[in-house]
Amino acid sequence: MNGILSYEFMQNALAAAILASIVCGLIGPFVVARRMVFISGGLSHTAFGGLGIAYWMGIRPIYGAIAFVLAAALFLGSLEEKKLNQNDLFIGILWAVGVAIGIVFVHLTPGYAPDLMSFLFGNILTVPRTDIAIMSVLVLIVVGTVAVFYKGFVAIALDEEFARARRLPVYGLKTGLTVLTALTIVTLIQVVGILLVIALLTIPVAIASELSMNFRKIIGLSIATGITVCLLGLSISYSIEFPSGATIILTGGTLLATVKILKRFALKRSPN
Amino acid sequence: METIITVEKVTCGYGKRAVLEDVSLKIEERDFVLIIGPNGGGKSTLLKAILGIVVPWSGKITFADGIGNRLGYVPQSARFNRSFPISALDMVRTGCIQGNNYLRQTSRESIDRSREILRKLSLENKLHDNITDLSGGQLQRVLIARALVSDPAVLFLDEPTTALDIASQTDLIDILIGLREKMSIVVVTHDPTPYAHIYQRLACLNSRLYFHGRGELNSATLEKVYGCPVELLGHGIPHTLLPPHPEAHRQ
Repeated sequence: MNGILSYEFMQNALAAAILASIVCGLIGPFVVARRMVFISGGLSHTAFGGLGIAYWMGIRPIYGAIAFVLAAALFLGSLEEKKLNQNDLFIGILWAVGVAIGIVFVHLTPGYAPDLMSFLFGNILTVPRTDIAIMSVLVLIVVGTVAVFYKGFVAIALDEEFARARRLPVYGLKTGLTVLTALTIVTLIQVVGILLVIALLTIPVAIASELSMNFRKIIGLSIATGITVCLLGLSISYSIEFPSGATIILTGGTLLATVKILKRFALKRSPN
Repeated sequence: METIITVEKVTCGYGKRAVLEDVSLKIEERDFVLIIGPNGGGKSTLLKAILGIVVPWSGKITFADGIGNRLGYVPQSARFNRSFPISALDMVRTGCIQGNNYLRQTSRESIDRSREILRKLSLENKLHDNITDLSGGQLQRVLIARALVSDPAVLFLDEPTTALDIASQTDLIDILIGLREKMSIVVVTHDPTPYAHIYQRLACLNSRLYFHGRGELNSATLEKVYGCPVELLGHGIPHTLLPPHPEAHRQ
């Protein structure tokens, strides 16, 4: 392990994996509880448009992704508040248009065209130190906001109507949660890419939910599981020279299947 | 009895569709009001307007001093996220959260109060059970406990007996009988029968309020509300409430 960590790119990869696991462990349980997985898919693909434009403008891709995803999150939040019941429609449109904008602007970028596959599947091994700094700031924002607004987020995830009756600022809390999800997605894109973001938001939560039925514990377990999955996946991909993002996700999927099988086996042995 | 909530000429709805039109209603101290009417008639919307969940397009809702922030709400059990991983005790504690305190730490007092209310509702051995593991009747009691933990002056219940078996319905009615001396109670329901011996006033709602009072409900009024012939049967309902309809032969 010491040998692996002597490389700077591996140190960066390790830091990115831990930061991504913290945010997805914090936000993932809310995304799953509020059934926002489809929104997360839409937001992650919208990010592709921002990445493409940022490349074309010659600025850091992560800035373009943050701007696009935040704009999409606020737009979806306002649609939901107006109760137009068209969220699914607009998520689908944002999903497709985001990817199309990304492809067009990458095509328009003069000179060396960046590898589209690296956006789609991510490459944790190429995360630069500056992006680690940006990710750290995003993680601080997500951790701080969840710590302050935790009770409000739980209230809207459990029973939005009751939260309104208790005069909670439901629109603000919902938009805040969507914006945090957007920031989490931007952080995760660095690690596993656009296509696999949803997996890292949901698989650690699914594993944690097999182990506990307490929301607070599920958050803690999701963070721990995310770190385990990322580090294990990273070392497997390094050892057998597999693509890192895909290997991390497959490691998570395997761990989830193992936990489910073990739990079923344990329940059969002690039915009471 | 002092009037604590006054609904005056309220019109409201969703999108461009008006669900309530020109509805006026009063709720008094220690009142027990049943709101009945057909599906889509605006029963739940009236509750939501009083609770501030939907905003009236016109008209106004006024509260006596100190009542506006002492409203307890028991929504239909199908409306909340039943798969959310939370214990009965923690669910009840969320009833202490309000717009002006949700950023603060949960107080020890609110935890003790939640335990005490669950004990009073015979759920002391279910404190740490997940809500997904509770029966329909137990879950309904948890929802009532969540509404009671903030010490409401008025308790609103939306279809509380739906999906409850007869035993759980009886338990619920016993709970409401115990509460009616301490607070006003407003129940939205399709079936007034279980409440026949405890309610004080009835409101028949189908966009407009057709009847609001006690002792004069007859099948003619109900025919207007439901828009079809109605024959009243006296199972369990005091007979004084059920004068025979002049055209009782109509089906």
